[in-house]
Parts: sequence; structure tokens; C-alpha cells
Amino acid sequence: MIRQLFILSSKGDPLLFRDFRGETGDDDVVNVFYQKVTALPGDQPPVVMTLRDLHFLHIRQGGLYWVATTSADSSPFTIVEFLNRLAALVKDYCGGLSEKSVQMNFALIYELLDEVLDYGHIQTTSSDMLKNFLQSEAVSSRPFSLFDLSNVGLFGADTQQSKVAPSSAAARPIQASREQGGRSEIFADVVERMSVVVGSNGVLMKADVEGEIRVKCFMPSCSEIRIGLNEELSIGKSQLRGYGAAVRVDRCSFHQGVRLDEFDSHRILRLCPSQGEQTVMQYQLTDDLPTAPPFRLFPTIERDGTGRLILFLKLRCDLPPKSSAVNVCASVPVPKGAVSLSQELSSPDQSAELQSQNRAVVWQIPRLAGGTQLSALFKLDVPGLSSASMLEVGPVGLSFELPKFTATGLQIRFLRLSPVQPAPSQRWVRYVTHSDSYSIRI
Amino acid sequence: MPYLGGEETVRELKRALSNPNVQSEPLRYRNTVLRVVRAMSQGVNVSGLFSEMVKACATVDVVQKKLVYMFLCSYASLNPELSLLVINTLRKDCQDPNPMVRSLALRNMSNLRLPSLVEYVEQPLTAGLRDRAACVRRVAVLGWAKLYNLQSGSDIDAAVVNELYSLLRDPDPVVMVNCLRALDEILKEEGGVVINKPITHHLLNRMKECDVWGQCEVLRVLQRYRPQSDDELFDILSLLDASLVSPHPPVMAATLSLFLSLCADLPAVSLAALERVSGPLLAACGSGSREMRFTALCHIQLLMRSVPGLMGPHFKRFFCGYAEPAYIKQRKMQIMVELVNDENVSMLLDELKGYCTDVNTDTAQAAIQAIGHIGRSYSDRCLEILTGLLGLKQDHITSAVVQTLRDLVWVCPQCSDTVCSALEGCEETLQDSQGRQALLWLLGVYGDGVSSAPYTLEAFIDGVRSEVSLGVKMELLTATMRLFLTRPAETQDMLGRLLHYCIEEETDMCVRDLGLLYYHLLKCGVEETRNVLQGRRSDPSLGVLIGRPAEPISQWACSFNTLEPLKKGGTVTQTASRGSPEHEASKPKTAVELPETLDCSHIHTDPPDSASTGQRSDSAAELPAASLTLSLSPTLSPEEFERRWLQRCSLRSEEAAEESNDFLQTEDRIYCSAVLQRSPQTLQAAMQLVNIQTLAFTPPSTLPWRVFFYTHTAGTPASTLILGELLYAGEADPTPKDEEEEERKADGEAAAEELTGREDRQVEVKVTLKQQPKDEEAVRAFLSVLSTVLHTLSSERHDEHAATHV
Repeated sequence: MIRQLFILSSKGDPLLFRDFRGETGDDDVVNVFYQKVTALPGDQPPVVMTLRDLHFLHIRQGGLYWVATTSADSSPFTIVEFLNRLAALVKDYCGGLSEKSVQMNFALIYELLDEVLDYGHIQTTSSDMLKNFLQSEAVSSRPFSLFDLSNVGLFGADTQQSKVAPSSAAARPIQASREQGGRSEIFADVVERMSVVVGSNGVLMKADVEGEIRVKCFMPSCSEIRIGLNEELSIGKSQLRGYGAAVRVDRCSFHQGVRLDEFDSHRILRLCPSQGEQTVMQYQLTDDLPTAPPFRLFPTIERDGTGRLILFLKLRCDLPPKSSAVNVCASVPVPKGAVSLSQELSSPDQSAELQSQNRAVVWQIPRLAGGTQLSALFKLDVPGLSSASMLEVGPVGLSFELPKFTATGLQIRFLRLSPVQPAPSQRWVRYVTHSDSYSIRI
Repeated sequence: MPYLGGEETVRELKRALSNPNVQSEPLRYRNTVLRVVRAMSQGVNVSGLFSEMVKACATVDVVQKKLVYMFLCSYASLNPELSLLVINTLRKDCQDPNPMVRSLALRNMSNLRLPSLVEYVEQPLTAGLRDRAACVRRVAVLGWAKLYNLQSGSDIDAAVVNELYSLLRDPDPVVMVNCLRALDEILKEEGGVVINKPITHHLLNRMKECDVWGQCEVLRVLQRYRPQSDDELFDILSLLDASLVSPHPPVMAATLSLFLSLCADLPAVSLAALERVSGPLLAACGSGSREMRFTALCHIQLLMRSVPGLMGPHFKRFFCGYAEPAYIKQRKMQIMVELVNDENVSMLLDELKGYCTDVNTDTAQAAIQAIGHIGRSYSDRCLEILTGLLGLKQDHITSAVVQTLRDLVWVCPQCSDTVCSALEGCEETLQDSQGRQALLWLLGVYGDGVSSAPYTLEAFIDGVRSEVSLGVKMELLTATMRLFLTRPAETQDMLGRLLHYCIEEETDMCVRDLGLLYYHLLKCGVEETRNVLQGRRSDPSLGVLIGRPAEPISQWACSFNTLEPLKKGGTVTQTASRGSPEHEASKPKTAVELPETLDCSHIHTDPPDSASTGQRSDSAAELPAASLTLSLSPTLSPEEFERRWLQRCSLRSEEAAEESNDFLQTEDRIYCSAVLQRSPQTLQAAMQLVNIQTLAFTPPSTLPWRVFFYTHTAGTPASTLILGELLYAGEADPTPKDEEEEERKADGEAAAEELTGREDRQVEVKVTLKQQPKDEEAVRAFLSVLSTVLHTLSSERHDEHAATHV
């Protein structure tokens, strides 16, 4: 049971507040919460905070605090999941999640909250049910941009030259599809997150992949879709199909609306998607990657006579040649007290900086193609550098995005709509692999 | 938030709202209302617009209606009279053909929270329960709960309660779940909604129709139901099996809660449920939402209290991501410490080592403490890492390392040499009082091993006038006193100065009193001082055990799936008090006092040289035959043990009853309870503390249960070797125990399951001892040592039980 619910901006401005029970006294809960958050060092307040019989549970999404107050015996799983779901709904209905979009759409969100929670009890969070009740229209917070026009051809006709959906395509309010008439689209995204630890000798110590297939539907009437996965997909360790190229996941689970009658034979998922985003399938792969890990690092660390620390890093991208990694960012912890950094990078689009409060050198590479190798030389001035300080040059953390690539090799063979849509519809399949945590020990 | 120009805005809005031109244009009217609500949510007091807003509510525009209702509900309590005007509109809306309008009106009518309006609300609510649209019924059901909470203490209308019970059969699953919620609130004083067998089965059958939230609610309510027979229980359990491994963490957690409450008397079933749920829980640990990860981690910690090995094979899942928030990292480290075993120790230590230099000081210190914890079992490797960290010469790291070393040495005195050699030079880096206290404690207790100890203390004493921390001053006094006892020549002068300062100049009463106390103590003589100050330098008591025993599930089941496990450090303190009560005592202040105040007797029974050997244990010292000393060396390999054991067996069969002069075999029985439920590690650790080496075990809870062990007695006239076996073959003497059990049942205690029943009973453990050469005195002494150990183990078990029952 949720007593109050509020959304705070990262600066602590209340954006929305709703008291469902009218039970708590005159406490200004929003202020109490914000004081508690600011009283703590760092920006990572614990998930649960308590003041007398007031229990705050919060999540952070889109740079906002989503806070619920509740009683001590309520289920944290339920409330955390609910807040996440609420944030997802707001994102669906407003087309994005930011302080601005919440501010602009506050009436819509109040409406949403009223339908989702009654007297603090969760009623429904399915966008199919909710769309019947919501009347307000979303105000899109996206600023006008010339780039939006690039897809529009002569006399405003849609050009079909672009085969790739722009990354912002799915970031729009679901209800806008009503007004936009024939523009019905469906997105099937395969999103994977890797967490990898590579030992100092280059041996893979740990490799986990968490993946999910998300369907984002902007179809006013869509009765059923069929998603075909790789036919050679095997689940669990025992089922090995054929040799070599089998795609394997350890365990998977499905959205409760998914019908699996063709899954065992043909790896086809059937479902009737509701408006907005839903996770159709989740899967995990533990301790085993079908291919080599995407990055390897060859570090050389030296201390020269003048008390400078010299880091020579070679970063190799082991992806297949036609894939590439974007937004690669390597963060190398360096000894405390490092004062200045001089760098030699192999191309001008890269950058590196010394972040002294994080005690790290951050090396940013906008794009790294598969099969290529980059090197960087960093010279750090560290007063009082001792041999023990080398201990502080800890594991290198990499963050990156691998578009059009899945670590498990899972692919969507086809995405079919039935019955066939009368109006022209667009179907998009997108793949992306993120780094959840990719650390390479030195 | 102060909002400048608030009054101006209100006046302007008021003008706009009453402007007939605005009112005639729906879109302009709606936008004006929108501005009012926006101002309201920004914290402007717009209550002055109440009457205008009441007018604005008579509109066909549903969006505007919603906005106005929201405004009215927020300010109704300030304007009860004006609110009466709204009721008419609301009641009219309740007749609207559009179900959405009906439900909207009904919800807001019950949200006004005005006791004076209750009479107007009851009739529409009653009609709402029978509405043909499900969305109206949903609202009406919860409306009754709101109404009852508004007029608390009023009589409960039986007709409404009956109607709500009958609506449990409503075709709409949300209506059904709302009925459960409403009844629960209305009947709060009678213990909530009554769950009988038909309702239970109805709910279980309809669970599939509910969404995640509805399922959680149903599962929560079902916890009140007690199945009437085992068959029914197992039917329910098998129905729930699928939701136990649900991909939705809320459903999984709620199902496990229900399982644990249904199977409170069937530990085996509960354990199987924990095994099954470990997969989904691990998946939740890898969830994209870090708050969900944290929640899952906290609950895994709970599960591991009963099944320590549950996550063993998955230890890599608990490696920290470098970008994870500190609160997740700390929980993960706590879990990693629990999962250490021979195979993974080097990997885990490598991983933890990386965290020690984390930017976040809390994370770094937690990592260092975690390594110290592992050091209790794998001291060499951990000491190497910890002493290596001292080289970094960073304030917070050095402080954490010194504190960790102090705690480690208290438990594992054999590390003292390494620790002593690492301490040199630390004092320059240490800044905080906790770290300095730890250093002082170490210098006091192990000062004889640190050559520079007097000089370090002297620097502290010279700076004592500017010292602000009370703890450091007290510790300094004690440390100097202790060092004086071991290195009098170097310390005498500075001790004099310190005592003089403390007694004459110090303003704090605690420090002055302690100074006086030591002064008088010194007057009594050096021997007395030694007795008081050099009691123990480590804690070999049985409380500190490596590997902690599995707890019964009932100890934490009630806090599962509540906020309790997520609270900050909730589990940390539990670990400390559960695993080792003496761990608390390892903080130096108590550590000084505790041994002396608690076991004064042991000082008298101790031979004077015991402090220097450091090998003696409490249990041994408390024995009547105080002359018995056990030792582990020379070590006996398992093969050697087997050879000797069998050799004696064959010898015995040949020579029949005749016993040779150099060999003795005895059998005895020890009655104790609950030893069998102890984990092998616990028993092993306990035995090791009194210098008995265990060699082989049968797995716990198999029959017959055996343990083989050996020890050497070093005493007069000659040292002997004792080989032994503990054997528990099952129920040896059934009759008295049955009686006992019947008594228990007659007492009205819950019919305890067989296994738990056995725990509390005394069992007879057969001890076979073989000694060479023969020394009956020593064997008798040894037997009493052994039984003390076993009894200590079982009494500890009893205490735990007593604690849970209370």
C-alpha cells in the first residue's frame, strides 16, 4: 500500500505530489525526504529511508527521484517494481523521461496516477486498460530541430531512403499515434547488457549477459504479432543442437501474454502487444560467451625516474569487422594526488581527461570499428609516487554501446503482423548491446 | 517552495475563471483550469479560487472535470460548506451514461474526505457496487474502505460487508482484489478479511486472471489461511509452484512468503522452496533497475542465513560492477565473504583487492573489512593483501587496515608476528580516532614484538594535550600501562608523565578516573597489575566460529518481503551478534574490560605462564583437571590415523579383553543435544579451539553420524596420543523420549516436526577413545574437555532457540 507518491527533480524541486490516504499528519514529507537525501554524503542515498513510522522508498529514473511512502510491512519488490513500471508508463505517455517532460505533462501524469492507484492500492498498470481512461494529450518536449526534417522529402512525403530507424523514433508519446493517422509503427528491440571481468592475464574471469526483447507498439489496432527467433536457439546447458553456431541462453522467461505453442518447434513467440513498451522475453547467459569478449586491453605501466607515472594502453576491439562500438569510454583509476596529465592519442576525435575527484583518467572514443586497435599514452605527474601507489592503478572500467550486435548472437528472423494491417505499417528490429560493467584488471 | 507573485497570479486566475468569454470557450476554460492546477502543484495557495472552481466543474469536458475534481479534493477540508455544492454535481455525474464519468464522480466523492458528507456518499456507493461497468464497481468497493476509515469507530454495516464478500465472485479480477483490500481495512479490528477454505480455493483458481499486483495481493492475504490437511496443503503448494519461479520479482517474493508461512512446520519443503527461488532471485540481482538489484541482494542475504551454501556456485554474480552505487557494492561484498571456500578464495580476494582502492571511502573500507573477515580462515593471503595496502599511505585505507588487523588478531592470535612487523610507520598516516585507537591497542598488547612501540607511544603522549578524542586518550593510557609491563625500562618515564597529566591536568572525568585507577593498581604491585591487564590477548572462546551455523528459517521468515532487510546495515549488526557475540567485544574499550570482568575465575585457575603460551583456552582452563594440556603437534595425517585406528582394532580382537600396558581403549557416552544439527565446520572450529583435531565427518543429518578426531596430551608422566570417534547411531533409547514428546504435545505446543523435535532432546553420543600409551587420568580429563565442548555447542543452540521463542 502506498500512502503518498511524489516525483522530485534532481535538485529537489517537487514536480508532482499525491497523497492517496490523507492519513499522515502535517509533516511535509517531500521536504523531509529531500533533507534526508541532502544530509547524506555522495549522491547515492539508500533505497529505503525511515523517519518514525514514515518509510520512504525511492528509485531514480531519468534523473528524477520517484518516491513512495509506505508502511514497514509492505513488499519492497512490489513497490520498486511499481515505481519502475510507473516511470515506464510516464515515458510511454509523455514520449520521454525528463524533468521537462514531467513538468509539461503534469496533468496527464496526475490523470495516470489517479487511474493507476486508488486509495494507495495498485489498480492496473497495463497501457491497454489505461488508454481508455486517459483523456489528456501529451505535450512533446522535443525541441524543434532541423534534423527532424531530414526524413521528409519533397512536399512533405516520407522518403524511404533511410532503412534505419532514428534512435529517437521510439521516443514519442503512444497516444500521438491517434492523431498522426496512418503512421503506425512497431519496434522490436533486442537489448543486451554485458558484465564482464577480464583478468590481468587476459583470461575471461566472468562473463554474464542479461538480455531482453522489448516490443514497442504504436499500432492503433494490432491483434497479433509473431516474432521468430534463431531456429538454432537452445535453452539451458543440456540442449545442444548440432555443432558450432548454436545460439544458447541459460534461462529465459516470458511476458505472461506470450503464447509459446510454436516456441519449442520453431522458436516463434506469439503475442498481442498492448500500446507502449513491454518486455516480451528476458534471458540470461552466464559464464560463457559464444564469441571472444569485444574488447581487450594491453596495458603497460611504468614509473619513470622523475616520479611520473606512464600508462601505455592498447585497446583492441575484437568485434567482427562490419560491427563497431560507439561511445566507448575507458576509465583508468590512477593514484591519489595525480595533478596533471599529458596525453598522446592516436586520433583527434578521441579525448582524455583527468577527473581528480573520481581519481581516474577517462579516455573517450566516439567510435571504434571491429578488428581495429587504438593506443594511448598517458603521462601523469603524481607527487610522492611510490611503488605501492601502483596498487591504485586498478581495474579499467569500460562502457560502450554496440549497435546492431548481440553478445549472445540472438537474432529476430522475422516480425509478422496478423491480420495484415490495412494501413501501411512500419516494422523495425533493432539490436544493441550495452556494457553493464566491463572491467579489465591490470 | 516560495512562489513570488503568488497573490497576483491568484487574482489574475480568479478574473479569468469568472470571465464569461472564457467560460464560453471550452478550450480556453480548460487551459485556465490547467493553470490553476499547475499553480497548485507548484505550491501556490489557490484555495481562494474554490467557488470559481466549483462552477467550473459543471462541464462536459472530462479533462476539465478531472482537473477540477483534483483541485476540489485537495481543498475540500478547508471549505466544507462550499463542498456541499459539489456533491450535487457529483451525484448527477453518478447517473451519467458514460461509465468513465460515473467512476470518476464516485472516486472523487469518496476522496473528498469530509465526514459531514458521508450521508450523501453512501447511496451512490451502494448503487456503485451493483453497477454494470467493472470500473465503477472497482471504485465503489474501495470507496467503502475510504468511508469507514473516515468515520472510524462507527458501526460496521453488516449488509455492506456481506455484499463485499459476495463481490469476491465478481467476474472482474480487479474488483475481486479490491474487495480483499477493502474488507481487510474495514475489518481491521477483527483481524482483517476472513479466509476460509472455499474463499482460498476460489482465490487460487482465479489467480491466473489477475495481473502481477493482484496476484501479490491475493498471495499476501492467503498467508492467513491454514490448510486443514496435509493433502490440501500440498495441493495448494503445487498450484503455487509456477508462481514461485515467476519472472516478476514481486510475485516470486510473495509466493515464497506464502510458502514459508504454510510450511513453517515442514523445514524440508521450505528448504526446497528456497533452492527453487534462488534462480529468479539471482535474475533479479541482474535486473536493469539498481533498486531492484539491491532489494534482491538484501533478500538473498536473508536466505543465506538458513542455507549458507545456496549461492556458492554463483559467487561470480556478486562481483561488483564498477559503476554500481556504494550501497549495492557493500551488500555484494557481504555476500562474497559468506561464499568463500578453498576453490574460490583466490578469485574472491583478487576481486576484493580491486575494491580496496575505490574512490568511495565507505566502499574501500568495507572491502578491507571483508578481506579481514576472510582472513579468519585464510590468514596468510589476506595478511599479505592488507599489509600491502599499508604501503599506499592513505589515511582512510591505513585506518581501515589497522582496525581490521586488530580485529583479526583478536580472533587469530597466530597472525600477531606479521601484524607486528607491519605496524611500523603507520602512525604517520593515521588521522582518524578509530584508526589511532586500533593502533594503540595493538601496540599495547603486542608491544613486545614492535621495536618502535615505545617511541610511537611517546609521540602520542607528547601530543596528548592537543588530543581531542576521548577514546584515543583512554586507549593511550591502557596501551602505555600494558607496554610498561612488557618493556618497563623504556616506558617507565613516559608512563609517569602520562599518569601525571591524566590525574592532574585532564578535565575529562573518565580519563582522570582511569588514570587514578591505574595509579592505584600500580601501587598494589606489578604482579597484580599484570594479572589485571594481561588476561587475554585474543579471544579463543567458542563464540567465534569460522563458518556460521545455519539458522532455522523461522528466524527471518516474518521479515521476508518487508522493508526490514533493506534497512541500512540491518544485516551487518545481525551478522555481528549472530556469528560472534565477542566480535563486538573486539572494540578495544570493551576488550580491555571484558575478559577480566566476565571470567575472573579463569585467572585464578590459569597457571601463571598461560598468558605467555597463548595456547590455552577457556574450556580447558575451567576443567577440574587443570593439569591437562592438549596439543595438536605432531600432526597426524588421515592415512596415519586410519592405520593406527585399524591396527588397534585388530589388536583388540586378537588380545580379546586383555589390554596391553601401553594401550587403553574406552567407550563412554555423552548426552548432549543438537550437536548433530551443527555444521561440520562449527564442530571442527570448536574442537580446534581446545586443540582437538577432527579428521573426518559424515555429512550432517545422516545416520549413523560419525566424527573421527585425535589429540596429544602433554602432561605427566608422559605425553600420550588419543584417537577417538564420536558415533550417533539414531534413537538408542526410544521409550523415555516418546513420553517426552507426548508431554510436549500435551503441553499444547505446536506439533513440532520430527527434526525440530529431535533438536531439543538429549541424544546419546557414543565416544570411543584409544590412547597410547595408557594414562587413565588423562583420558578422564580429556573426556570432560570433550563433553564441555559438546555441551557448549548444544547450549548455544538452546539459547538461540530460547531467543526465538521469546
